[in-house]
Amino acid sequence: MKKSVIKILFTLGFLAMVLAACGSEDSGAKSDGGGDTIHIGVNMELSGAVASYGQSDTEGIELAVEEINEAGGIDGKQIKVTKVDNKSDAAEATNAAIKLTSQDKVTAIIGAATSGNTVAQAQIANDTETVLLSPSGTSPNVTIQDDGTLNDFVFRTSYIDPFQGTVAANFAIDELGIKNAAILADNASDYAKGLGTAFKETFEAAGGTIVSEEAYVAKDTDFRSILTNIQSADPEFIFIPGYYEEVGLIIKQAREMGIEVPLMGADGWDSPTLVELAGADALNNTFITNHYSSEDPDETIQNFVTKYKEKYDGSSPNAFHALGYDSVYLLADAIERAGSADSKAIKDALEETKDIKLVSGVVTIDKDHNPVKSATILEYVDGKQVFKTKINP
Amino acid sequence: MEWLQQLFNGISLGSIYALIALGYTMVYGIIKLINFAHGEVFMIGSFTGFYAIAFWGLGFFPALVLSMTICAVFGVLIERVAYKRLRSSTRIAALITAIGVSLLIQYVVIYIRGAQPEAYPNVLPNRTLDIFGIQISSQSLLILLVSIVLMIILQFVVHRTKIGKAMRAVSFDPDAAKLMGINVNNTISATFAIGSALAGAAGVIFGVYYTKIEPLMGIIPGLKAFIAAVLGGIGIIPGAVIGGFVLGIVETVVSALGFSLWRDAAAFIILILILIFRPSGIFGKNSKEKV
Repeated sequence: MKKSVIKILFTLGFLAMVLAACGSEDSGAKSDGGGDTIHIGVNMELSGAVASYGQSDTEGIELAVEEINEAGGIDGKQIKVTKVDNKSDAAEATNAAIKLTSQDKVTAIIGAATSGNTVAQAQIANDTETVLLSPSGTSPNVTIQDDGTLNDFVFRTSYIDPFQGTVAANFAIDELGIKNAAILADNASDYAKGLGTAFKETFEAAGGTIVSEEAYVAKDTDFRSILTNIQSADPEFIFIPGYYEEVGLIIKQAREMGIEVPLMGADGWDSPTLVELAGADALNNTFITNHYSSEDPDETIQNFVTKYKEKYDGSSPNAFHALGYDSVYLLADAIERAGSADSKAIKDALEETKDIKLVSGVVTIDKDHNPVKSATILEYVDGKQVFKTKINP
Repeated sequence: MEWLQQLFNGISLGSIYALIALGYTMVYGIIKLINFAHGEVFMIGSFTGFYAIAFWGLGFFPALVLSMTICAVFGVLIERVAYKRLRSSTRIAALITAIGVSLLIQYVVIYIRGAQPEAYPNVLPNRTLDIFGIQISSQSLLILLVSIVLMIILQFVVHRTKIGKAMRAVSFDPDAAKLMGINVNNTISATFAIGSALAGAAGVIFGVYYTKIEPLMGIIPGLKAFIAAVLGGIGIIPGAVIGGFVLGIVETVVSALGFSLWRDAAAFIILILILIFRPSGIFGKNSKEKV
């Protein structure tokens, strides 16, 4: 028993030595070639529960890095990427951030794909003064801590959750000419509640009336009684922030009950399963907000889509690909304007980012380190997402 | 009109609870076992129906019959493998085994096909009818009809056939039934077969009506059916049906009053209240234990 413990300790010690050796070799290489490379860490969910988000972000990042390097780099410096897999786990994400900042001495970290795993690294980014840029973490507390203080070195490329609620309200009023609406929100998710609240505030501020507010809980299957309540309030429009599993059923049951008004949701709807559950017919006259659409005729977007298709066998890039891609350009722009690879200078330059044209919109970074940009509205037509319009905040 | 609509919503929901509750109550009535794996039989039935319709191209009724058959066999299998040996042991041992079987089935299904949900294909033509100002889909009418027909057939089987007579005899006193020449093992198997077939039918109906099916779908309907069975008086067949309808309507009314988040809580509050104030259920008689 004791023997085996000692054995394990020895093995661990040996591994630590090997790793430390690797690390010093890396940082040695960096100090040698530090003059002409910019070292960026990528801390992503490459395996585990939300691996598909992390992998998509990473593919976008790699495409952008390849492009920038081929075009001569940033001020003549090539970008070097170190990828670390955080296994979709907050503790692993923290470890990976420690490795990237202390051993690899990266200039900036891109990651993680989800809010929780980004928050797990925030303290390290602030302490080591390394810029941390999350491509797709949408929770407000990625950049702002619970007590309201700003995470100085943390930024993001995606907009925050409640923003989609604001955009949906503006779309309903301006484009659809809606005067009264109902909200049916998933009460078990902060995401849905945040969206619902933002929708209500914006809609009422613009002179609209919320005629009915109902809630459901994830995993429910029967929504007919709630929908009957909404139906009797006779709204012109129903906002349904939630995830596709329940929303698919809500749409199907609503249409069966003869509710024909436009329905709207956010990126939580974006899944092929939604179309299967609701049925293509029921989905007509429904809208979602999303980060971007691959069908948007905008030139920047079409360039990105073409390049992505060349590199990855013709499949269409999703919103995560676009956000990963944009993160690199956002960072590259800041490094260029900072004129150095010093983290503090990059942070200041990022804060001053104004009107930079990216795939997911024209971005200005606000005082909370969130991007201010337009959101894309998609409409479901016969089960397919069709680009409808872009709405500015 | 809105209340009429809500009443109909409640009856539709209740008819599915009632179908599942029938199986619960039959098994309990005969071997005094709360078969917590019943919800999983319901799930298996739902998936059987799904594969039958989506991959073998069967219609609604053939899929219903196939699913009922497979579930009947499956139910008998569960009884023979897991419960038979425990028949003379304590009731708590059988109860724990039932929970174990339930978890085993759930995770075997997840292992085989993954946990992602599946969308039921549209097999029944659906038209919305306007009756007395309320919207009723033809689908829910048909489903209600199928449920009621199955319940009537069950009532007929239990009260008018030989096997039904044997069931009632075994439920009354298994030892005396054996002395009278009744094959107790076969009778119990038949009970499991019939109860599981009804759960299978409920699974297919649930799939058609609610579209989304997944490996853990049996848990909540299973618990609700248990509540329905207790509410009507566990072991009493008409009680299970009434219990199912009452539960469905109560849940709908709770939602209609604007307390949709309290819907599941309301069901469990009913369970607690009925256990405190009338443990034998609406239709149960207070019987004294003979010493």
